[in-house]
Amino acid sequence: MSNYKQMTEEDLSYIASFMDRDRLLWKDEINEEYSHDELAFERSYPDLVARVISAEEVSKLLAYANKEHIAVTPRGAGTGLVGAAVAVEKGLMIDTTLMNHILELDEENLTLTTEPGVLLMELKAYVEERGFFYPPDPGEKSATIGGNISTNAGGMTAVKYGVTRDFVRGLEVVLADGTILELGGKVVKNSSGYDIKNMIVGSEGTLAFITKAILRLVPLPKKNVSLLIPFPTLEKAIGTVPLIIKSKSVPTAVEFMEREVILDAEEYLGKKFPDNQADAYLLLKFDGNSTDEINAYYEDVAQICLAQGALDILIADTEERSTPVWKSRGAFLEAIKAGTTMMDEVDVVVPRNRVNEFVEYVHNLRKEIGIRLKSFGHAGDGNLHVYILRDDLPEDKWNEFLNLAMDKMYAKAKELKGQVSGEHGIGLVKRPYLKESLPIESLEIMRGVKKAFDPNNILNPHKVCQM
Amino acid sequence: MEILVCIKQVPGSNKVEVDPVTGVLKRSGADAKMNPYDLYALETGLRLKEKYGGNLSVITMGPPQAKAVIREAFAMGADRGAIITDRKFGGADVLATSYTLSQGIRKFGKFDLIICGLQTTDGDTAQVGPEVSEQLDIPCVSNVRDIKDADDKNLTVDMEMSEDIEKVKISFPCLITVQKDINEPRLPSYKKAKATAQREILEFTLKDMEDTDEKHYGLSGSPTQVQRIFPPNHEKSQETLTGTGETLAGTIYAILKQKKFVA
Repeated sequence: MSNYKQMTEEDLSYIASFMDRDRLLWKDEINEEYSHDELAFERSYPDLVARVISAEEVSKLLAYANKEHIAVTPRGAGTGLVGAAVAVEKGLMIDTTLMNHILELDEENLTLTTEPGVLLMELKAYVEERGFFYPPDPGEKSATIGGNISTNAGGMTAVKYGVTRDFVRGLEVVLADGTILELGGKVVKNSSGYDIKNMIVGSEGTLAFITKAILRLVPLPKKNVSLLIPFPTLEKAIGTVPLIIKSKSVPTAVEFMEREVILDAEEYLGKKFPDNQADAYLLLKFDGNSTDEINAYYEDVAQICLAQGALDILIADTEERSTPVWKSRGAFLEAIKAGTTMMDEVDVVVPRNRVNEFVEYVHNLRKEIGIRLKSFGHAGDGNLHVYILRDDLPEDKWNEFLNLAMDKMYAKAKELKGQVSGEHGIGLVKRPYLKESLPIESLEIMRGVKKAFDPNNILNPHKVCQM
Repeated sequence: MEILVCIKQVPGSNKVEVDPVTGVLKRSGADAKMNPYDLYALETGLRLKEKYGGNLSVITMGPPQAKAVIREAFAMGADRGAIITDRKFGGADVLATSYTLSQGIRKFGKFDLIICGLQTTDGDTAQVGPEVSEQLDIPCVSNVRDIKDADDKNLTVDMEMSEDIEKVKISFPCLITVQKDINEPRLPSYKKAKATAQREILEFTLKDMEDTDEKHYGLSGSPTQVQRIFPPNHEKSQETLTGTGETLAGTIYAILKQKKFVA
């Protein structure tokens, strides 16, 4: 029996006294998509969805929920993969997608101030049109920036630029009791006490509700060149990655992909990939201010790859050449999903010099367990995405194989001194693996932090460190 | 099959800017690339060569730095390359350009098939290909969307018309212009680029041509007088359809059919 209040008509009419009724979705008015996130197998409808437009509204909602002990689940675009935006205790869901305004581009401080519901693709396009660059680059560009901050999203450029946390300068958040608080700011340095802002980043809506973010920008590199490198085998491709990292070249992305995932993407997009000669590929990107500068960067890498058995190095040096390649890469998740009945994923991260060991382990696991696994990922930063596909398996077999595959992969990642999640977060479904991987003391500190922020435990309960 | 592909170097950015005062296209010499439409022409030629054998040559017209696009074509798999370059060819309109190209092609060799991209991203006329065929007195099919078949003497292609698709059999020697989306162009190869770095690029100037009369080339051979160049208005239209799911499905299907997204 839940100890949270299930919302009533009275709660609705109180909330409707300070929010437009047409931005409130009550019970049957709630669309199916609000019951799940992208992976979709954890489902629960909230009682009420509030489509907020300001921090003041969020403040009033949280103050009320805190008083009435109503569970609150934050939701952006619903593109999460670990069930963090599933309203397991029903209650109130706060949808940020109407808070979708870019508030200020500060060219003197190189910052962008934005509301949380702006989509990553809109944000990137906005700054790039103005000569700036927001580097974090998760595959899912239709995620909201609030969601990216809440999971500390990484993406393809992490190998050179880092992850979302490295680009959050300041946050405006609403605490569980409704207090609106500003954390950090436009300052470049900050040694002023504990870094609360960085605790919020990656906390998946369990500590506070993000209503504004100040993001760090960098000047937009003038040119970029992508290299698509075919290898005869996955082992040779992935074995080359540690050598590329060691060579001190600074690619902005090092991705690996296998032929069968590329074929999935071709079918999903209805568009051919520009090459089909090999079973495995590395995809590298370099940026800089001129083609000559970039050519000099990648010359060494090209030689390393050829020495390791690369069949060739294919050069995507213009927009029309690189777009089809990266578009395919961006569609991998959706393409794999379209090719099966159900799937689950592993988002482990291992030290970069062990990435080949992990990929080869997964490659062999397919045969060992007899389940379809597909993988791709950010080889350059050690973050791999492995998808376990259900296909026609009956429920019991699927659960058995899935658990076995998960247990084995997480155990292997731990053996390699890796972590449970590189960028998708823990949410609801990865909690058992987090519990396995972290020392009890770490989890206790996390729970203490949660209690300090949210003593009544109304913010996204049962997520992350709450087992 | 002896194949020739005509290629052009164009500004590197797809957003071509026009100087609002002088009305002249702003070109930055440092940032240039192969005309994106020519990538499809080159890919079409390479696939034909791979299937039927023969050689693939490329030709371009432009300042000496335009040799870069020939090197790029070598890295994609072209066998021979030539550049038509002379200050006297500068300022050419469509007529003078196609005449100059046809003179260069005659000098370069005998070809069964000449392939051009549909148009360029800077000039955008889509007329140079067909006019080259006229100057060479060979048949032309433009707007080719698929190559259906080929033998020693003929090529069978699908030509996209405004209302329908016409299947055309055309005998060699001939010229075709190909649409974007006829294929997915391959990427240039680092290994091929290294292997062809020293390969000779032929250069043709006015004195190499059959017709050396300056009046037929460049500005003096161009009857077109450009009065003003201005950026086009980008008109985006948005339509909202309302109705039941059933009627909307029918309406959307009709629109998709009209726009040829479905057959």
